Amino acid sequence: MRLRLEVNGERREVDGVWEGESLLYVLRERLGLPGSKNACEQGECGSCSVYMDGILVCSCLVLAGQAEGREVVTVEGIAGGDELHPVQEAFVEAGAVQCGFCTPGFVVATHDLLRREPEPTDAEIREALAGNLCRCTGYEKILDAVRLAAQRTG
Amino acid sequence: MEFLQPLDRKEALEAKAAHPEAVPIFGGTDVMVELNFARTRPRAMLDLTRIPEIREWGEEDGRLLRVGAGVTYAQIIAELGNKLPGLAMASRTVGSPQIRNRGTVGGNLGTASPAGDGLPPLYASDAEVEIDSTEGVRRVPVSEFILGPKRSVLKENELISAFYLPEAEGPQQYSKIGPRNAMVIAVCSFGLALHPEREKVGTCIGSAGPTPIRAGDAEDFIEGVLEEGGLWESRVAIDEAALRRFGEMVAAAARPIDDVRGTGEYRRHSVGVLAKRTLMWAWDEYREATDAA
Ligand SMILES: Cc1cc2nc3c(=O)[nH]c(=O)nc-3n(C[C@H](O)[C@H](O)[C@H](O)COP(=O)(O)OP(=O)(O)OC[C@H]3O[C@@H](n4cnc5c(N)ncnc54)[C@H](O)[C@@H]3O)c2cc1C
Ligand code: FES
Ligand code: FES
Repeated sequence: MRLRLEVNGERREVDGVWEGESLLYVLRERLGLPGSKNACEQGECGSCSVYMDGILVCSCLVLAGQAEGREVVTVEGIAGGDELHPVQEAFVEAGAVQCGFCTPGFVVATHDLLRREPEPTDAEIREALAGNLCRCTGYEKILDAVRLAAQRTG
Repeated sequence: MEFLQPLDRKEALEAKAAHPEAVPIFGGTDVMVELNFARTRPRAMLDLTRIPEIREWGEEDGRLLRVGAGVTYAQIIAELGNKLPGLAMASRTVGSPQIRNRGTVGGNLGTASPAGDGLPPLYASDAEVEIDSTEGVRRVPVSEFILGPKRSVLKENELISAFYLPEAEGPQQYSKIGPRNAMVIAVCSFGLALHPEREKVGTCIGSAGPTPIRAGDAEDFIEGVLEEGGLWESRVAIDEAALRRFGEMVAAAARPIDDVRGTGEYRRHSVGVLAKRTLMWAWDEYREATDAA
């Protein structure tokens, strides 16, 4: 089937989409946007987190056709051009990136938290990131990164 | 595979009648896992997210609320925390922000898992499920809607359109046991609602039986204690022996099995503890409500 949607501010049209595939598959395999990661395909890890119509979702749990006509923002669209978003900068500086596989999901989820709550408490940070898994950092540096980003943007 | 995307209720019911094999999808937080792991290859998918009315909630007559099947957990938390505190509490325990942004009570009913966190608050307040088809609308008490693990009375040509739940008339609680504070399927859970105007106590055990289970004997027992002691009026504390007995009776009502998440014995014990605690918390809140007044 044909799918029309807006991705990172650009209107895209994709042909040959299989009715049973996920938005994550469309983004990675059909639109060449590999920023959103595919790790679990069951909503557990958050590495595929994107915005759909401004709402944070796991793109692996969105059926492609459900995204028809919707506005999707992926990690590639969080910052303008070649710049890094302050959230991304904070992750780099705080050492919150090791293998980096979880990072795109954490960046989008942190972005979502800080626009809702510019000065989050530690409890709020933990709650907001509860749907994102990291196998490398042990989370402490990720918490540091979120606090740093909040300081700079809040 | 066919992809059906009706734009309103009528189209949706006609699509379901014409394609009874089509699998409805709303938040996809259950369905997509099945699809991604190729556990199912349905002939057709029926996307319900374009139907405006299914995402809405509103007041019916008096205190009854009609909540559309597509109202998400995030919406319940943000918009219905005061009117449906038990369901909002349960909603906060579901998955993660990403899951709560998409998942719905309609989908929880559709899946009909005994571990569904949205279900005990519905049982504890005598909710009804509204079922819609081209043949007409019917309403079924939630306890009759769910028949067994992942089985409900929903027929092939039917969709869940909404559920009805009275606005809370007293304190409500929901408590859940799991290995961490987020992203867990309940090992067991317990929902409780005080209905002071009717002098009733509603309960429901989650994830410790083939369906959510109301602990009817425990309800009768504690209602008797409250009535005989005149506690609804005096708002005196419930004595320890009665609280303990209530917990024991709830534990006795559970029908748990051993599985990867916990043993039956652990579930029976812990659901009794949850019952005692949630009653204590709810009753304390009921007592404080007049202290303030
Ligand atoms: C990572 C993760 C964590 C989770 N954590 C929890 C948790 O803590 N507690 C919990 O209870 N659940 C949890 N779940 C399960 C799931 O999120 C819930 O069951 C949710 O309520 C499903 O809602 P949905 O709208 O996403 O349903 P969908 O996946 O869209 O549908 C679920 C089922 O209901 C049917 N259906 C949906 N809408 C209708 C309708 N209107 N009429 C008829 N049938 C319909 C579908 O065909 C399907 O069978 C989790 C899932 C994931 C992936
Ligand atoms: S890939 Fe979507 S949550 Fe893991
Ligand atoms: S940095 Fe490797 S998974 Fe998080």
